[in-house]
Amino acid sequence: MRTREQWLRETYKQAAERPARFSTVSDMEVEPVYGPQDVTRDFERDIGYPGEYPYTRGVYGSMYRGRLWTMRQFAGFGLAEDTNARFHFLLSQGQDGLSTAFDMPTLMGYDADHERARGEVGREGVSVTSIHDMARLFDRIPVDKVTTSMTVNCSASILLAMYLVNAERQGVPWERVGGTIQNDMLKEYIAQKEWICPPRPAVRIVTDMIEFCARKVPRWHPVSISGYHIREAGSTAVQELAFTLADGICYVEEALRRGLDIDDFAPRLSFFFNLHNDFLEEVAKLRAARRIWARLMKERFHAKSERSMLLRTHAQTAGASLTAQQPLNNIVRVAIQALAGVLGGVQSLHTNSMDETLALPTEGAVMVALRTQQIIAEESGVANTIDPLGGSYAVEALTDRMEHEALEYIRKIDEMGGMIRAIDTGYPQREIADAAFHYQRQLEERVKTVVGVNKYTVPEEIPIPTLKIDHALEEKQVQRVRRMKQQRNWAAVKEALRRVAEACRSGENLMEPICEAVRREATVGEISDVFRTEFGVYKDPGWL
Amino acid sequence: MAEKRIRIVVAKPGLDGHDRGAKIIARALRDGGFEVIYTGLHQTPEMIAETVIQEDADAVGLSVLSGAHMTLFPEILRLLKEKGAEDVAVFGGGIIPDDDAARLKAMGVKEIFTPGASTEDIVKWVRDNIHPRQ
Repeated sequence: MRTREQWLRETYKQAAERPARFSTVSDMEVEPVYGPQDVTRDFERDIGYPGEYPYTRGVYGSMYRGRLWTMRQFAGFGLAEDTNARFHFLLSQGQDGLSTAFDMPTLMGYDADHERARGEVGREGVSVTSIHDMARLFDRIPVDKVTTSMTVNCSASILLAMYLVNAERQGVPWERVGGTIQNDMLKEYIAQKEWICPPRPAVRIVTDMIEFCARKVPRWHPVSISGYHIREAGSTAVQELAFTLADGICYVEEALRRGLDIDDFAPRLSFFFNLHNDFLEEVAKLRAARRIWARLMKERFHAKSERSMLLRTHAQTAGASLTAQQPLNNIVRVAIQALAGVLGGVQSLHTNSMDETLALPTEGAVMVALRTQQIIAEESGVANTIDPLGGSYAVEALTDRMEHEALEYIRKIDEMGGMIRAIDTGYPQREIADAAFHYQRQLEERVKTVVGVNKYTVPEEIPIPTLKIDHALEEKQVQRVRRMKQQRNWAAVKEALRRVAEACRSGENLMEPICEAVRREATVGEISDVFRTEFGVYKDPGWL
Repeated sequence: MAEKRIRIVVAKPGLDGHDRGAKIIARALRDGGFEVIYTGLHQTPEMIAETVIQEDADAVGLSVLSGAHMTLFPEILRLLKEKGAEDVAVFGGGIIPDDDAARLKAMGVKEIFTPGASTEDIVKWVRDNIHPRQ
């Protein structure tokens, strides 16, 4: 057989080549062409068929021919009733799952009336301080029929408790409540940087939630192991893949140490990946992720149930890839990224709106983003064939390479003693900062192109409409929270908070005491303060 | 006598955790020959003003992507003035709409950089506009 090297020498080198660096957006150099010699020789072992181990081609047997992915647009701003209205709008437009964005105070464990919340209430998500806000947020939304994803981490235990107590009030038993809470604290220290206490107690709370959900809320996904923020912070695709799976390994090990059986909780672990501009790299990343996870679960953690081996994932197009310049171009970026997600076999998808580098999205921009998914699903034809890129020499070679390089990172982190130890030394944080700086240099040296930013620029921008958040709503929410605090039974709240503190110390699972505190109108900030007192406060080491 | 090196505090006020930009700017300014003090995340305006005074900085660069800039920037300007450090140049960047940027500049913020600004341009701006305090 004629080799690629012969072809390179005899044909390719005779032809013209542009003076460019042929590498992915992560700066992984790629070959001019791939052939049979570049891909695995064992089809059954490495590629196989959808719904069968090692699930390279998809976690379900019929994939999108059985059911399309869940179109789940992330939404949240202002007061709970504002976001509730946006939820009803999205459901009326054919969206089938909800996804909640909370504001910074809620995400960081502060009440709306706290000093540190000033200027941040309802700005980049919805403000939720007490069970009353949660009830307003899901007003007239049947929580046994609509699944909800909540993006919240260090205060996740409290928000999950509120969601469950709200379900009780709707008359829905916990066993029938379905959804996902992000609750991935490891990637907070690595990338997103929302935290209350140091990594070890934070992971203990996550493990409490995994245990609690396995026993009491079986349809809930207690953690969504997230590469999204790692990538947004500037990592390469391989780093995103590797650090995410290494975080997953850490949660599995902690839950096993707790005495849980792998097959009792692993099927409820879910994932969340980023979809960046480099089309083939993204498809390969998702295929590699499924194969690595399946093998880890089977070979390293001895899972017996096939369901434990499935890497089911949500994905979101890359916020950091959007440009403030010529924002209409973002529609095209999002379409390409979303297509990579679909060809990569994701289970649910959020498409960003064109205006998100400028502000939270307007309703019109959200509509285009949702329609982008619907066009891919129902017009493009790509959902008719499962893993249609499978068998492509280039895609299979990239999948193998990403698997290989990610496993190398995972081995390094194992050698350090696991992800918590790696975080303590700043290893993943530095790797990401270096990659982000490298990419920025490439942009400025014009090795990499961002259309409208470092190439094809225009002198004058045509402004597009953006969403304005009314400053007055902060005051409204602050007053509402203050009134609620005056009217409740403080002795009952205090007693419930004392029980949470006791559970922090004794090691008893925290979720039941937190649910009770929430029922008695304890707030996000008050319960977070218990964590601060009992576990201490984490400070940013500020590594450059 | 050798010219005093310009000292710049790069700060992340508020609860916002997006530090990709702040870290890149801090590195680029350091590579550009300035002395850079990076505060780390989740700083209150008081903490930032305190750092500026203690570090005897000539300028402070604020990075805000959470939408809270209209609360945080003016508060830092006010505290610097209160501490007699109103000659410290305040500049910043983040997701800041044009009309907000104009209002911040009217309040005394020297420059606002928005998404897509190159580190080259920012370093050049600092070189041309920031001078050692007397």
